[in-house]
Amino acid sequence: MSSRRVVAAAVLVTACLTVTSCVGAKKAAGPGDPQRNANAAHATLTISTNAISGGKNAQEADWITKELIPAFEKAEKAKGKNVTVTYQANGIDDAKYGEKLELSLKAGGGPDIYVIGGDSLSKYAAAGYIAPLETIVGPKANDWPGWKQVDAPVKKNVSLNGKYYGVPTGVDGRVLFYNRKLFAKAGLPATWQPTSWADILAAGRKLAKLPGVTPIQVDAGTPMGEATTMQGFLPLLAGAGAEIYDAKTHKYQGDTKALRDALGFYRTLYRTAKLGDPKLQQDPNGRDESFTEFSQGKLGIIGESDYLWRSIVCPTKSVCNATSMPDRDKTVGYAMIPAERPGTGVGGQDFVSMSGGGGFTINPHTKYPQQAWDLLTFMRSATQIKAQLGSTVQITANKQVNDEILARDPALKYIADKVIPITRFRPSEEHYGAVGALLEEATGQVVAGKSIDEVAQAYERGVVKLVGANHVTSD
Amino acid sequence: MSARTTSPRTERGPATDVAGLGTGRALLFVLPALALIGAFLVFPALWTLYLGVLKYDLAGSNAAAPQFVGLGNYLDALTDPRFGNALVLTVAFVGLSAVLGQNVLGFLLAVVLRDAVSWVRGTVNAVVLLAWILPGTVVVFLWQALLDRGGGTLNAILGTPGAAWTLDHPLATIVVFNVWRGTAFSMLLYSAALGAVPRSQLETARTYGAGPLRTLCDVVLPHIRGHILTNTLLITLWTFNDFAPYMLTGGGPDHRSETLPVYVYRTSIEGGALGYGSAISLIMLVINLVIALVYLRLLRRRSA
Repeated sequence: MSSRRVVAAAVLVTACLTVTSCVGAKKAAGPGDPQRNANAAHATLTISTNAISGGKNAQEADWITKELIPAFEKAEKAKGKNVTVTYQANGIDDAKYGEKLELSLKAGGGPDIYVIGGDSLSKYAAAGYIAPLETIVGPKANDWPGWKQVDAPVKKNVSLNGKYYGVPTGVDGRVLFYNRKLFAKAGLPATWQPTSWADILAAGRKLAKLPGVTPIQVDAGTPMGEATTMQGFLPLLAGAGAEIYDAKTHKYQGDTKALRDALGFYRTLYRTAKLGDPKLQQDPNGRDESFTEFSQGKLGIIGESDYLWRSIVCPTKSVCNATSMPDRDKTVGYAMIPAERPGTGVGGQDFVSMSGGGGFTINPHTKYPQQAWDLLTFMRSATQIKAQLGSTVQITANKQVNDEILARDPALKYIADKVIPITRFRPSEEHYGAVGALLEEATGQVVAGKSIDEVAQAYERGVVKLVGANHVTSD
Repeated sequence: MSARTTSPRTERGPATDVAGLGTGRALLFVLPALALIGAFLVFPALWTLYLGVLKYDLAGSNAAAPQFVGLGNYLDALTDPRFGNALVLTVAFVGLSAVLGQNVLGFLLAVVLRDAVSWVRGTVNAVVLLAWILPGTVVVFLWQALLDRGGGTLNAILGTPGAAWTLDHPLATIVVFNVWRGTAFSMLLYSAALGAVPRSQLETARTYGAGPLRTLCDVVLPHIRGHILTNTLLITLWTFNDFAPYMLTGGGPDHRSETLPVYVYRTSIEGGALGYGSAISLIMLVINLVIALVYLRLLRRRSA
């Protein structure tokens, strides 16, 4: 580069810097007037979720395209409004879907209505990708009658600083699913409830004697993504007595005893006792493989969300496709996840769980905020929630609907009654996503054979770099 | 090139203006090209430089209001063991799959096919070209089916059920994949280059009793040295920036196939650190420039 060109480049860069934020200026625009285009002759809205007809979450995609959209457009027409709704289907990995959504929101676009996980709230709010519903559509967002049907913790999962950012979809819980047929063969009880980590490993040792059977699957490593933290690490950490982020002291777990205990369980499971398949944790399709193995009776115990029960091994072939288990109700058992030892769990609990879930929210930059709010409340009406579920059962965010449907499914009733009351949610702190990635990395390295101390220290360095030493606990 | 060595004063003479356009009109002619280069090359490069000095994320407060961190991202990258790992892997990937693999295999194919029967040449050409022209996603899908741990074709052929090729040998996997994928270009280029070697010289060499190796070193290689350099430059740069390994191994396991482009993607998109990713991109750009300069220098020395 000639010196003249260097000068030119420097001038350009300086010019950019003096305008402060060439990037990220979009947020300043804010959500705008809630009443904009409220009386538009023709409004168009888009909904996006990670579901696709004939593929991932097919039930949801079919509900949106075949029931929700026609019913909503008709209802609007009856009110004299002309609204066209289109659905953007996706059938990809959840993390990839999140990246795609973030990129389109960052570019100032994105769908009008999309799903947001409770753990992403603060990260998205800080970036200006979401806003309180009352700012987008006005005070009526807080007066929605549907709020009466929502339990307090579920409301909290879509709120920040006491303001609603979305309308909740539902809630899930984590349990240990086990294969009763394999248990019988291994001489284990048909109804099983471990009360310590040692109990889980003891059952695994018996299952290990069966040929061609992987005893236990607890998600680990980067390829599993959020499943690693939700299904594996965080319930273990809770069982060792800690939550990853303490909202009162504003501190993340660093290299603490609880963290080392949780990593220690992974080490025992995958390296010392060899009761799990380390390769599966490195495989980019590992989680799907674990589902396949479980549905084929090649996996004894798997820590999973009730998603496994509802959407992976359900008896209905059209919902669960290749992993469907016609004899699910007889073959698949479920047990609460025990703490490391009785009483060592977070809050002195004997059993622990983690819950996810989130809600539908409105793009702050939508052209038609009022129509979007109409759609949002329409899709969370009891009628539409039931239409979404069809013959399946799920713990919804609507108490009235839950009372009606949970009786149909003992497993979900069990999770709603026993697991949800003791569950924990991921922190809604903007760095949680990055901390979660460090945890995935750490568990993956333990499974690959690195020592606990080395991994825990490297993890702590990573967290300190993210949030600063004064926001990290270590002991 | 040799004109450069004469004094600049005589260079200004009318002889340089071969087309007789004059400076003004000549500028007018190159202006559209310059505008395109400026818009699609210079501006993005400068923009990357600018993003690289920011703490700028995909989400969170640094998405709305990026902070200026000066050279922080660049220093972080250069001291990050993951960057070092990615650089080493990239050098290994480029060296083994492009400089060695594609080059040598492409050359051998060209030599062998030169004297082959036409239908053999046609068939081999078609097969090798097919690997090159199929879309990357399609090809990767086929390779996943080939290498799959459970029901993969390779395991079925070798009788090694359960061998996890992409997990146990991630670097070897992407090297073999890239040799397979990119050899066609080298083969085509060398086929054309070999056509330029005068048959009379080859026959003379044979008459004087030179063996195939001798002939290769003393007759063929000197003729195609420029082609070798050009080919190596192109495939080096392509492979250096190649993202296809990501689709095959996802950079894993444990970062063991995480080349620089994959590292950039994983930090900036999966990790959401756009500023940091931009800093690494700019470092990559500089490395690319250095590689190109070295090759151009070699080429110039040849023609001098």
